Amino acid sequence: MTNSELAVHATGLVKRFGDLTAVGGVDLAVHQGEVFGVLGPNGAGKTTTLSMLATLLPIDGGHASIFGVDVASSPHRIRQLVGVTGQYASVDENLTARENLRLFGRLLGLSGKAARATAEELLGRFGLEEAADKQIKNFSGGMRRRLDLSASLIARPPLIFLDEPTTGLDPRTRGQMWDTIRDLVAQGSTILLTTQYLDEADQLAGRIAVIDRGLKVAEGTPDELKRSVGSSTLHLRLTNGEDTARAAQLVEDVLGEQPVLTPEAGGLNVALTDANRAADVLIALRTAGLSITTATVQQPTLDEVFLALTGHYTDKEEAA
Amino acid sequence: MSTVTTPRTDREGTTPILAARPSAREAFDQTMSMAWRALMKMRRNPEQMFDVVIQPLLFTAMFAYIFGGAVSGNVQAYLPVIITGVLAQTALTACMAAGTQLREDMDKGVFDRFRSLPISRIAPLAGPAVADLLRYAIAATLTILTGVLMGYRPGGGILGVAAGWLLVVIAGWSMSWIFTWLGTVLKSSQAVQGIGMMIMFPLTFLSDAFVPLKTLPGWLEAFVRVNPVHLVIAATRDLMNHGSFTLSVVWALLGCGAVVAIFLPLAVRSYSRKV
Repeated sequence: MTNSELAVHATGLVKRFGDLTAVGGVDLAVHQGEVFGVLGPNGAGKTTTLSMLATLLPIDGGHASIFGVDVASSPHRIRQLVGVTGQYASVDENLTARENLRLFGRLLGLSGKAARATAEELLGRFGLEEAADKQIKNFSGGMRRRLDLSASLIARPPLIFLDEPTTGLDPRTRGQMWDTIRDLVAQGSTILLTTQYLDEADQLAGRIAVIDRGLKVAEGTPDELKRSVGSSTLHLRLTNGEDTARAAQLVEDVLGEQPVLTPEAGGLNVALTDANRAADVLIALRTAGLSITTATVQQPTLDEVFLALTGHYTDKEEAA
Repeated sequence: MSTVTTPRTDREGTTPILAARPSAREAFDQTMSMAWRALMKMRRNPEQMFDVVIQPLLFTAMFAYIFGGAVSGNVQAYLPVIITGVLAQTALTACMAAGTQLREDMDKGVFDRFRSLPISRIAPLAGPAVADLLRYAIAATLTILTGVLMGYRPGGGILGVAAGWLLVVIAGWSMSWIFTWLGTVLKSSQAVQGIGMMIMFPLTFLSDAFVPLKTLPGWLEAFVRVNPVHLVIAATRDLMNHGSFTLSVVWALLGCGAVVAIFLPLAVRSYSRKV
């Protein structure tokens, strides 16, 4: 595959702020039409990497090209190829939603009439018509993000950067944002997305790079990553706390894995190599006449992914 | 989606046809869009206009009554001196806000978007500067009106006053590039305000805005003679008080031109590099 066929091709990207190396040599290869997720905790260098690719920060080392165009030497060309939606809503607080979209349309070279028409179309598509004439300072977080995203689509850029699109949103708004992003993907946009949430990367991204302390520590499909972490976890809570020991023995017999007990709460947790085996455990408990109040199977959390990939937790280590 | 521009590259990745830099025409259009944004902002936050409305009234009356007797014998005789001085001073104070406003603006998320858009780097700076012409016009008009109410009868007549007014507006716009540059280099709007003050005071007071030049020591007079604010004041006096288009007007315009020629490129360069 040649460089020009890749939407993003970065090798050995480096960014230093004084003594701190924020990004220490990251390689990225994003194919056209895919959603590529960059996953990592706060301060891992995700936003810095995106900022370098979007010409918002100078590149201190390495090389990056977007659709074959060199980022460092042709910033104006890159800006025509990339739509950026920032971590914080980057729209004008003093203007209304409609005015914001018209301003960006005009700045991008649309005629007054075309800018107005595009603004109306985007307001409709993102469900913002009713709030169109409200100043942005009165907008909710979710509405801001939607407006922000719609502003990135005015020029219909072939590549879209989404920097933590749902951080700080409530679950319902988060789901709406995910639907919006899926629509974009369906229309053939290439998306580079950063997130702190494993489930978000899992929901949206075809491939994920995990970044920690400015370095890429893993890359693969969500399933590959989760498999590398091992397994999901089965959490059980028994109706009678006294049954915990019996239940634990039963679980161990079925799964061949020793569960971790929390006897005070009548709970036990056990790693599942195969989520389908959860059913076997439940049937065995029913057969033995042990009653449970809750049973959940949980995906590995970002913390667990990090522990497995890097040998340290996301933030706790620094605190210790 | 029929109304939206077509993507400027094809998705197959064959050689995209992309401009390497914005054209002068695009830069002008983008500047005007940014000026529109700045005007909308003024309309939504009218308190931004307090300085250019209150200061001309306050300073003209205050300085005329404080210095009038001491400098010119009486207030009436001092008015031709002080009105032109206050004109330059209010224009300079008004354009100091260009720096603080820009600094505050640049800390907001919307500037990240401006920086990520394929637009001329000059537009986000020049747009507000164009909108601020309105502020200088208001400041100059109110200063002149206050003077007339206090008994100022400009010898240059309507035409001379109009020419002086125009020169002050041009000077305000030119000097604003000093503060715009400060706004792009300094880290906070307080710093812009503080350093702006340190620049504004010498520029206005090291001139004959308030006192005659002959009362200054020689070394200071040498600086005053190249101070662009002094040049503007001298030219405004010639225009408004005598109605004569003298060489000092040419010098004033050259002085303004020099300020723009130095600080506009500095501001654009520093803005393009800013994180």
